[in-house]
Amino acid sequence: MNWITNYVRPRINSIFSRRETPENLWQKCDECGTMLFHRELSDNLNVCSSCGHHMAITPRERFRALFDGAVFNEINVPEPKADPLNFRDQKRYPDRMKAAQKSTGEKEAMLVATGEIGRTPVVAIAQDFSFMGGSMGMYVGNAIIAAAQEAVKLQRPLILFSAAGGARMQEGILSLMQMPRTTVAVQMLKEAGLPYIVVLTHPTTGGVTASYAMLGDVHIAEPNALICFAGPRVIEQTIREKLPEGFQRAEYLLDHGMLDRVTPRGQMRDELIGIVRMLLNLPPAIKGDLPAPDDTATETPAEDAPKE
Amino acid sequence: MTQYLDFEKPLAEIEGTAEELRAMGRQNEDMDVTEEAAALDAKAAKLLEELYKSLTPWRKCQVARHPQRPHCRDYIEALFTEYTPLAGDRNFADDHAVMGGLARLNDRPVMVIGHEKGNDTKSRIERNFGMARPEGYRKAVRLMQMAGKFGLPVITLVDTPGAYPGKGAEERGQSEAIARATETCLQIGVPLVSVVIGEGGSGGAVAFATANRVAMLEHSVYSVISPEGCASILWKDSEKMREAAEALRLTADDLKKLGVIDRIIAEPMGGAHRGKAETIAAVGKAIADMLGQLDGKDATTLIQERRKKFLDMGATGLAA
Ligand SMILES: [Zn+2]
Repeated sequence: MNWITNYVRPRINSIFSRRETPENLWQKCDECGTMLFHRELSDNLNVCSSCGHHMAITPRERFRALFDGAVFNEINVPEPKADPLNFRDQKRYPDRMKAAQKSTGEKEAMLVATGEIGRTPVVAIAQDFSFMGGSMGMYVGNAIIAAAQEAVKLQRPLILFSAAGGARMQEGILSLMQMPRTTVAVQMLKEAGLPYIVVLTHPTTGGVTASYAMLGDVHIAEPNALICFAGPRVIEQTIREKLPEGFQRAEYLLDHGMLDRVTPRGQMRDELIGIVRMLLNLPPAIKGDLPAPDDTATETPAEDAPKE
Repeated sequence: MTQYLDFEKPLAEIEGTAEELRAMGRQNEDMDVTEEAAALDAKAAKLLEELYKSLTPWRKCQVARHPQRPHCRDYIEALFTEYTPLAGDRNFADDHAVMGGLARLNDRPVMVIGHEKGNDTKSRIERNFGMARPEGYRKAVRLMQMAGKFGLPVITLVDTPGAYPGKGAEERGQSEAIARATETCLQIGVPLVSVVIGEGGSGGAVAFATANRVAMLEHSVYSVISPEGCASILWKDSEKMREAAEALRLTADDLKKLGVIDRIIAEPMGGAHRGKAETIAAVGKAIADMLGQLDGKDATTLIQERRKKFLDMGATGLAA
């Protein structure tokens, strides 16, 4: 028996598989078709260096880029009752959940964290479009409530990154009830006098837009993000005409008074730092990448935060 | 004349035959049809009971959408006195899909707001089939705030397929308008009670129904998406609406079990449209009851209880 094939090789394989070896080193921009090297693309926060198209970014990647020194502490979200309706369409809801968890490596469609941006302590929460379209169910509602409670407890601003196709249909009426539930969360922040900044990313639609995503003190969107209540296809079917180019895109909403700003992802961090610090009456921040703050070293860093 | 739903066709045949018999009897003195017609009536009554005893969720959707079902206007006319409609969002327009104004319920001044679908082609178009635009929600916000300012309870009647998915509606901020209406529901320091009288369609419904007490008529439905919409997304086939209606748990019974609504108002045999006066009276009684439960509570308590109700919602699933 050859000990190399039976013992050593599996170990080597497992080391390799644990490493981040993307299947494709090159990714094609789905807007302009340019081939982008994966490292360059992730350094550029998944924005095409050729045409400026903003591709999806996971909450974890976003937080690494957002927080000083890429350090953040994940906040625990109270677990809701799983599959509350025993929902089954062509697949069972628990099976859809398992598939989403497997493909994303995340538990659910929302990530909540505390940390510092430009030496300013904040709570941030980001929705994960890659997890069942970011859809809003009990967990997403619980996450927003937990984030608001944490912000009130720590007296920090809340920055929310939205991205969702809408409600989690598999949770039926309970997904709809997240509209009032998350609105209560926003009210907690407002009563505590804490800034609530919403960053709307592609796409933010349906019940999500018609609740917490439209109730911020400041609304900023990423370029060309689709932001709407009813999707373009539904509207085209209703009014039986073709919608104009750019309809319901970030720039269009800016023109129609629903947003304060449209800001490219690369400038978002500095802009958020500036706005939050002004709203908190703090002196200007030092711009640029900052190392991890010293005081969070005593807190437990998030599992995925790079340890240097 | 009752308009029959597709699942009521056998009933239509029996009732039609009975009607035909009676017409013949009236024309022909020698013919005594009394006994035969009565037998048919009994048969029809039995069939009606069988059909309505256990309506499937999809059939409930059809009953909830029945064109002859009593609508918001019927309730306001019958239950309230001195109804004084108040119009406009002070911004862009008056949305006729939403009606509302000052009125008295048993002499007590209140603010009543509801979706109105219309009852013939002309009024349906004028009311946009009960699908509100941003102006409708903004009018509701204005009326709710006025009620809050003057200490008047708010009663909302929910009956909408959903917010209108139109170009102008999106342009003028449909999302923001709905979000503000839900927010206002949660902010006002006066009793807020809501009854789903027909269709509780998604965000357009929740914008009115974030209330201290929510009741539903027995055959009304309340859902995050229409069964047809859900079927076309999850089944990729809009004809699977029966399955979707089943899965979505949109009936009053299921919503009561889930803790989303507080009470179910029984409908007459054969649905609200077969006994309008009786239905309207039952709704009136339920509204008075629910308001009675909130009497004497101060603004802070009303707001806190309303928030807690929604924060706690859904924790136990169907086991509630
Ligand atoms: Zn590109």
